[in-house]
Amino acid sequence: MSKQDNKNPKVKIPRQKMPEQDATLRILNFMEVPYGFTSELAVLEAERCIQCKKPKCVDGCPVNIDIPEFIKLISEEKFDEAAKKVKERNILPAVCGRVCPQEDQCEELCILSVKDEPVAIGNLERFVADYERKMGLVKAPIISKKRNQKIAVVGSGPGGLTCAGDLIQLGYAVTIFEALHQAGGVLVYGIPEFRLPKAIVNFEIEYLQKLGCKIELNHIIGNLYTVDELLEDFNSVYIGVGAGLPRFMNITGENLCNVYSANEYLTRINLMKAYKFPEYDTPMPHGNRVAVIGGGNVAMDCARNALRTGAREVTIVYRRSRKEMPARNEEIHHAEQEGINFKLLTNPVKYIGDKSNWVKGMECIQMELGEPDESGRRRPVPIEGSNFVYDCDLAIVAIGNGPNPIIFHTTPDLKLNKWDNIDVNPETMETSKEFVYAGGDIVTGASTVIEAMGAGRIAANSIHKKLSK
Amino acid sequence: MFEILSKSEMAAGTIIRFDIKAPKIAKKIKPGQFIILRTSETGERIPITVADVDNLGETIAIIFQVVGKTTALLRSLNVGDFIKDVVGPLGKPAVIENLGTVVVVGGGTGIAILHHITKALKKSGNKIIGIIGAREKDMLILEDEMRLLCDELVVTTDDGSYGKKGFVTDPLKRYISDDDSIKEVYTIGPIIMMKNVCKITEKKKIKTMVSLNPVMVDGTGMCGCCRVSIDNETKFCCVDGPDFEGHKVDFEELEKRNAMYLKDEKESLLFSVK
Ligand SMILES: Cc1cc2nc3c(=O)[nH]c(=O)nc-3n(C[C@H](O)[C@H](O)[C@H](O)COP(=O)(O)OP(=O)(O)OC[C@H]3O[C@@H](n4cnc5c(N)ncnc54)[C@H](O)[C@@H]3O)c2cc1C
Ligand SMILES: Cc1cc2nc3c(=O)[nH]c(=O)nc-3n(C[C@H](O)[C@H](O)[C@H](O)COP(=O)(O)OP(=O)(O)OC[C@H]3O[C@@H](n4cnc5c(N)ncnc54)[C@H](O)[C@@H]3O)c2cc1C
Ligand code: SF4
Ligand code: SF4
Ligand code: FES
Repeated sequence: MSKQDNKNPKVKIPRQKMPEQDATLRILNFMEVPYGFTSELAVLEAERCIQCKKPKCVDGCPVNIDIPEFIKLISEEKFDEAAKKVKERNILPAVCGRVCPQEDQCEELCILSVKDEPVAIGNLERFVADYERKMGLVKAPIISKKRNQKIAVVGSGPGGLTCAGDLIQLGYAVTIFEALHQAGGVLVYGIPEFRLPKAIVNFEIEYLQKLGCKIELNHIIGNLYTVDELLEDFNSVYIGVGAGLPRFMNITGENLCNVYSANEYLTRINLMKAYKFPEYDTPMPHGNRVAVIGGGNVAMDCARNALRTGAREVTIVYRRSRKEMPARNEEIHHAEQEGINFKLLTNPVKYIGDKSNWVKGMECIQMELGEPDESGRRRPVPIEGSNFVYDCDLAIVAIGNGPNPIIFHTTPDLKLNKWDNIDVNPETMETSKEFVYAGGDIVTGASTVIEAMGAGRIAANSIHKKLSK
Repeated sequence: MFEILSKSEMAAGTIIRFDIKAPKIAKKIKPGQFIILRTSETGERIPITVADVDNLGETIAIIFQVVGKTTALLRSLNVGDFIKDVVGPLGKPAVIENLGTVVVVGGGTGIAILHHITKALKKSGNKIIGIIGAREKDMLILEDEMRLLCDELVVTTDDGSYGKKGFVTDPLKRYISDDDSIKEVYTIGPIIMMKNVCKITEKKKIKTMVSLNPVMVDGTGMCGCCRVSIDNETKFCCVDGPDFEGHKVDFEELEKRNAMYLKDEKESLLFSVK
């Protein structure tokens, strides 16, 4: 379709598809699956936006990006300006464009989705961010007013990075403390390379450092310094330590060899680069028949990693039906394309081991959906007597994460809520301790990148308000 | 980056001591706690217990046995070289109380960790009976240091090349049958040794603390790699341990989980020799 046609309102432009690596090829490598829009495709897609006066899409975005405006700039081929527009609200557009669950956020509310497919807002966001980075157009802003107050940010996930980025631009001296040897949180240890290339995350982190943000790796707060000790040196502390405590089902055989938590499995592959073993020293978990328990993004990531590291057959085992799966549509779609099996309405009840204690199978029970539970989704109920054995030689438990308590042990006066997450005032992200703020997964439980970023931003604003008083 | 300030060979080229400049960790770390280190960008994260800190709180000492690729790489480092990443303190400190008479039982490199704990036990006023063992004379470490701390010390070697021939469990049996004042046993060493020590003390219901060494990745409770079964309940050794009451530990499971990567470890070592 030529550009001329688009000017003719009668010719409807369909939602542009992003070119991507063929499924049969991509399961043999760790390269990113979608290639991204070309300029032509981006402009075409941008022209689909009808520039609503009261854009609903903006309400769907947790950080309220001025979506019509940046899309208009794309259609005018002002890609650099479009990128700057996005960055006014979102410091990690290359990340969010790739991993936001757009179908539940901005795109869900796009007016076009009433009759047609919504504008591909996420893909466009990714396009401008990639364009800006690849063309070398990213410039560090000049920070006009330096302040002498110091802020400590604990945890370098998307929430911590956003909070740090906002505060450094307001002139504060910011230090991020990260427990691991690499910054980025789940973006580096959880989300796989083929979905979010680590070079992009590193670029964003280096950008923050260019702005003057200090990053102290290998600093585990709670153990090395307590929050109170940080408060002796810093005027305020933001806690963004994420939901880093893997849940298990507490069923027989869960500690057999080759039963992994999703966190361990993904950390070995992403953070430790075990897929490059033995060039990298950390051993890679192997299996021929792999079962992944769970139905979220994390489960999809594990399954797709297993496929790329030599598994012959990979099956997602999920206790509800397809409709209730919390993973992003695109991830489920990609997983299906790649040949991953889905055993729905199925739950493991125990793992079976061989003589040397390695997992060789899993006893499962069939489920049916009953009444809705607190989450509004229909509750899965086991069907008596429907047990069967599923053979597998690697099982990955991806049923969610809880709050990691390390920081609480030495900060007893930090009030927690009934899920043991940090209790905050949702308007300000202030905790029960004065000058201490928290946000992201440690407050909400496992959520999304953009929600964590939104929280980091609210906290930064509150900190600024309090300290500049 | 963490500078190696001194290096010494403690036993026939296979047990090495480093003193590493790490003032922040040195000021915080307590007996029983450990660090995780990584030697290079491609390296594995491995846990090592801190065996001592200097009086000024500037350096930490680690004592490690060369068993595979990472420890071999560590051995090749020299004074003035740097270790890429060191993170700590990790794990819970050992619980040190004045109990009266305590027996400390150490084997192999475990003596290094035991020594740090023994020092603390002594300081809090306990009478200490020490039993330390090694495969052979050349593999025995920290004998003089332990002798200084213990009110009585027995040394065993498997092959009888030094001290009493046999395992550390032999003198232990004697002590606990003779001495009813023994309130606690602390044992650190190979899994099989700790398991056997626990079997002996269980009969007399003497509380026995062990220090477990499962495979770890992050060391912060994030991955669950280090899970151990304590009284049939899953615990994460890196945050709930490393010390546990030995009579509750499922040693068989730990042994098997620790053997999970044997094939990879061989491959990794061969790759680095190539
Ligand atoms: C495999 C996987 C896939 C996902 N896919 C998506 C997706 O497609 N889209 C999406 O929107 N969301 C996704 N999520 C969720 C999303 O990644 C998280 O919601 C988000 O990263 C939370 O950000 P955060 O800032 O709260 O902390 P995190 O990203 O969890 O980072 C916390 C950081 O704090 C550090 N830390 C912890 N304790 C301490 C301490 N005591 N001292 C110092 N540092 C500490 C941790 O090491 C970590 O680096 C996924 C999550 C996982 C695990
Ligand atoms: C809490 C704790 C404290 C420890 N303290 C000491 C100490 O003070 N001195 C000492 O010599 N050793 C100590 N160890 C053991 C030490 O971590 C291993 O010897 C080391 O990881 C071996 O690495 P490698 O690459 O040289 O050998 P490899 O060939 O990789 O492994 C040899 C054996 O070491 C164990 N191991 C391998 N990788 C890991 C890992 N990532 N984490 C834990 N264990 C692993 C396995 O049982 C394996 O079979 C401790 C372990 C733990 C968990
Ligand atoms: S940040 Fe996420 S929700 Fe907001 S516009 Fe971008 S893709 Fe949509
Ligand atoms: S709702 Fe859809 S069409 Fe309207 S401005 Fe937003 S993206 Fe454009
Ligand atoms: S080593 Fe990861 S949880 Fe203990």
